[in-house]
Amino acid sequence: MRKYFFGSILFMSVWIINSVNNLLNFQAKKNVEKIENAGLKLPAGFSASAILDSIGKARHIVVTKNGALYVKLSKLVNGKGIFRIKDTGGDGKIDNIKSFGNYIGTGIIIKDGFLYASSNDEIFRYKLDKNEEVINPDSPEKIVGGLINGRQHNTKSLALDDKGNIYVNIGSPSNSCQEIDRGAGSKGKDPCPILDSAGGIWQFRADKLDQTYKDGVRYATGLRNVMGLDWNYQINELFVIQHGRDQLDMFPEYFNAKQNADIPAEEMFMIKKGANCGWPYCYFDVQQNKKVLAPEYGGDGKKTTRCEGVEQPIVAFPAHAAPNALLFYTGSMFPDKYKNGAFVAFHGSWNRSPEKQEGYYVAFVPFKDGKPNGPWEIFADGFAGVETVMSPKQAQHRPCGLAQGPDGALYVSDDVKGTIYKIIYKNN
Amino acid sequence: MKKIVFLTPVCVIMLMAFNNSVHIDKATMDRGKKVYIQYCLACHQVDGSGVPGLNPPLEKTAQVLGSKTKLIRIILKGMNTHEEIDGETYSNIMAPHDHLTDNQIADVLTYVRNSFGNKSIAVTPGDVKYVRARTK
Repeated sequence: MRKYFFGSILFMSVWIINSVNNLLNFQAKKNVEKIENAGLKLPAGFSASAILDSIGKARHIVVTKNGALYVKLSKLVNGKGIFRIKDTGGDGKIDNIKSFGNYIGTGIIIKDGFLYASSNDEIFRYKLDKNEEVINPDSPEKIVGGLINGRQHNTKSLALDDKGNIYVNIGSPSNSCQEIDRGAGSKGKDPCPILDSAGGIWQFRADKLDQTYKDGVRYATGLRNVMGLDWNYQINELFVIQHGRDQLDMFPEYFNAKQNADIPAEEMFMIKKGANCGWPYCYFDVQQNKKVLAPEYGGDGKKTTRCEGVEQPIVAFPAHAAPNALLFYTGSMFPDKYKNGAFVAFHGSWNRSPEKQEGYYVAFVPFKDGKPNGPWEIFADGFAGVETVMSPKQAQHRPCGLAQGPDGALYVSDDVKGTIYKIIYKNN
Repeated sequence: MKKIVFLTPVCVIMLMAFNNSVHIDKATMDRGKKVYIQYCLACHQVDGSGVPGLNPPLEKTAQVLGSKTKLIRIILKGMNTHEEIDGETYSNIMAPHDHLTDNQIADVLTYVRNSFGNKSIAVTPGDVKYVRARTK
């Protein structure tokens, strides 16, 4: 009898503990929903919400004129790489999801009745109907193929101008074009053979099928890897942000880990046809505020040989912060200061260890007449969900894509869990 | 009989626990940590968690805890494959680290195999020497 008594007591205790746990979990979930601004820190007057929690590895995004979003994924979800998501109920939550495209990738953009999306070596386009919904999701036209896909820096970001041209980044499958990539003390190949087919921006026709290198133009060179590029329709020029070089401390005679963590800038350029931005021979030193010769090519942190004629950045951002998207804001929802300025999504660094990491925020650069007009600032922070990121895996969210809604709202994608944030401004 | 049935799993569990309680002397761990900080930490991070999508983690992966020969070969030859590690792929290249001595490689691998939540038997300089001689 006593056995049964203790048995019942044990059972009851487990049951009670379980119930309390469930109740606490329920409370916790409710609290999550109530987190102010979806956990983001924003300037006064702005607010944010997560319209979708966890779609997968959401890279670049674009918004249709009806407010639906296309999201490009870098890992297939249920065999699909593009998700079309929509809030049909108007309650700020996504309730309508369609998916298509059996390839992974990063680039996605809408222009003049077509949706353009990239795999890591091709560009496709899909005809849109009048509501900017894809007509034939299973039969896109391939406009470009055969682009270098070297694992490292293989994403293909897209931008279009008003003259029927499409611009694509072809990243270098290398850190600094060394004989042994990322090898301590290894010399740079001279000249760097990668630059013939990568390490730059290529221009193709947006309406011509099956193009490859011979059909395109190397529009700019000397760019290690660009994920953020956008056409500025105000002045009709291309703007890009480079992921700057890593591992200066592979040359410990000139650089220690701290210097590597702080020196090589993430550079924003205005690109004209034929521009040479210097990689792999030169990098921009944020402390000396100039381009200097890379150690792989005989540099010692001071020499500037070979770097005099190369393109200068219009903005130098902190080293290794990883600018994954660039967007010129043309909406009217945000205050005047933001009009025609540039938002930059910083995915966040890794090559600053053992220093604390940098980035994991969306920055803003004010512009006037196509030129930076004041210092850059952090616009949206708090994505990581922790005060200090020491190693990237600690970050709960990392900004990766940017898009502007028809109402002027700013959307930010995260590729850790796949949260899609909507940031709005209300004039009180 | 009942007791034997009961005791068998207990013995198995105890044996497993015994096998897992690898003792590595502090001097080896200290030397290994020094090599890790100098050559590995930048990519694999202070906590061995790696960088999602770029540099593989070293926490309880089959590559770290599995075959010593394979692991030694990764250090000597570097890694530039697209193989999946626990369902994820990593795009950065690892340069060969054959310039490290047999002792340095043994120390750092022993350190990695017994840090970041890992527990596994040590790699000896003899292991490294053997694999190096058979690795082109």
